Amino acid sequence: MKMECHFIQSDQLQKLLDNLLANGYVCIGPQVRDGAIIYDEINSTKQLPRGVTDTQAPGSYTLNNNSSDKYFDWANGPQAIKPLLFASRESLWQSEQSVNGQISFITTEPILKPIAIIGVRACDIAAMKIQDQHFLQQQFVDPYYKIRRDNLLTVAVNCGCPAEMCFCHSTGDGPFVDDGADVVMTELDSGFLISAHSSQGEKLLKGLTLQPVTQRQIEESETIRIKSSKQNKNLPHYDIKSRLFNALRDEFWHEIATKCLSCGNCTAVCPTCFCHNETDVAELDGKSSIHYRQWDSCFSQGHSYIHGITIRSETSQRYRQWLTHKFSSWHEQYGRSGCVGCGRCIAWCPVGIDVTESLANFEDRRRG
Amino acid sequence: MVNLQPNPYEPNEAIILERIQESPNLFTLRLKLTDQKLQDAYEFEPGQFNMLYLYGVGEVAISIVSDPVDSHIIDHTIRVVGRVTRGMANLKKGDRIGLRGPYGRGWPMLESKQKDVVVVTGGLGCAPVVSVINYIDQRRSEYGRLNIVQGVKHTTDFIWKDRYEKWRKLSDTKVLLAADVGEALWPWHVGPVTSLFDQLEFDPTNVAVMMCGPEGMMRVVCDHMLDKSVSAEQMFLSMERNMQCAVGHCGHCQYGNKFICKDGPVFSFAKVRDLFGVKGF
Ligand code: SF4
Ligand code: SF4
Repeated sequence: MKMECHFIQSDQLQKLLDNLLANGYVCIGPQVRDGAIIYDEINSTKQLPRGVTDTQAPGSYTLNNNSSDKYFDWANGPQAIKPLLFASRESLWQSEQSVNGQISFITTEPILKPIAIIGVRACDIAAMKIQDQHFLQQQFVDPYYKIRRDNLLTVAVNCGCPAEMCFCHSTGDGPFVDDGADVVMTELDSGFLISAHSSQGEKLLKGLTLQPVTQRQIEESETIRIKSSKQNKNLPHYDIKSRLFNALRDEFWHEIATKCLSCGNCTAVCPTCFCHNETDVAELDGKSSIHYRQWDSCFSQGHSYIHGITIRSETSQRYRQWLTHKFSSWHEQYGRSGCVGCGRCIAWCPVGIDVTESLANFEDRRRG
Repeated sequence: MVNLQPNPYEPNEAIILERIQESPNLFTLRLKLTDQKLQDAYEFEPGQFNMLYLYGVGEVAISIVSDPVDSHIIDHTIRVVGRVTRGMANLKKGDRIGLRGPYGRGWPMLESKQKDVVVVTGGLGCAPVVSVINYIDQRRSEYGRLNIVQGVKHTTDFIWKDRYEKWRKLSDTKVLLAADVGEALWPWHVGPVTSLFDQLEFDPTNVAVMMCGPEGMMRVVCDHMLDKSVSAEQMFLSMERNMQCAVGHCGHCQYGNKFICKDGPVFSFAKVRDLFGVKGF
């Protein structure tokens, strides 16, 4: 699809929201809550985190005011798209037992409104594409994910202000969006560059006052791209994929286990982690029971439990599962790594464990 | 109205036609889907499994042991190991449960035609290989020599005596039993299951070895078979891991890059040997 780039004034952002709302969309956008940038319902640009930026470090995330007038001068909060498509807890179906013992099954229908998410980042668009692969493009299609995905519109904003924990440039997933979003914007000093990447996106642009792009604006955007691509954090350059599985008995797993709390924060904030468990909750009247699924983590005790045995009883084994899955077995499952470089697992780890450092451990030593 | 069909997560109702107590901890449920159209369309291969749902409690993955040509029934032999199976043990004829499936890849029965077959089980009542033996029994002339080897820890763990008696009478079939710890009146071998292997009759270049049971035992069997020049491609194991969804989504059954529920549960040893025996996978 031909992607024509336009310029819009900042006031057009409200128009964009208004048009989406008028077309029946629930708009979800970034806003400050409880000291973090989270995505929730939004109907005014006044709710956006304008003039706010984030400072991230291993185990730490704080918001500060900055001098800029920009709406999107921050990197990433703890969650973005994943919970909108793959709910952290949801009912799948309900079973009812009649007096004569017959059981019937009733599908839980998700409350469905088309959702437009504003201001998502390149890493989260990349992660959504990975979750699409997992839930939609395998032997079985997840109908709950699919119905939400079919009704999602994404307005991405290229990153002008990556955090210290970001390494999307080294995974190839950012800081600018390649494809996968419906609309992509770049925030300039005086407004936005905007382009449609899908027919839905094109429809959305039609309602805005578009202006031709000047050479200066293109240069400004290019300067932002170059600046945002200079990230201090990087994935190491060796062949991670094959080396990890040759280092399964390495001492490193035991060393890291002395720090790791096995809390699962890293997998909860990871935008590509898909693990979930299923539980049945009987209603008090005894006549029906609801079957739920909720996010699970390979750091949990129950994740590897079978017939009285926990396959990964040790933290060292759980950390190894997480790292080898993300950076090695994921390649064979989905043709790429499971990491999009968002850095969340580093910032939100209570003890500040850094995956890029964990990987760097295997770089120069011949382990195995 | 949103359309969520087909919904691979949602069970169908099945009725218990018969319940057979196999041993104190083992029982068979003979099931039939109550929707006749679904039952008529139901097809499976030996080694595949279903998710069975106990009302108000939850689901559990159970191997199918009946014969695929027998289209009226679906048999599951269930060991009492947890909340769901304990509850299922209390069900009786006429009770209803939920069923979805079949899932996974089963035993290579077609590829193994005209070959000798060695079936090895260890531990307590290993349902997945029962389907193999039944399948061959029904088509005896299509397979070569059949060897059935079962190892148990204690002689008292040995169940299904009648079945083994029956299998012993099949033509061209050898049944070998071993207990690690023997006792008076145990008529068979005392020692590890591999100590019986010299008695097996098979052509190492034309054999399929099919096994299930504890992974440690399977590892020993595989090593032993490799020594006998059987190729890793001709050894097959049925693997078990936590399964919640059975459709490759929930992530619990991952084994390195494999999802046991859809890439298995039956794997050739060649496919899993790199990870096999590494603790924590
Ligand atoms: S196994 Fe662990 S790392 Fe892999 S998707 Fe599941 S929670 Fe994430
Ligand atoms: S790495 Fe950090 S966030 Fe992940 S489980 Fe360990 S302590 Fe928790």
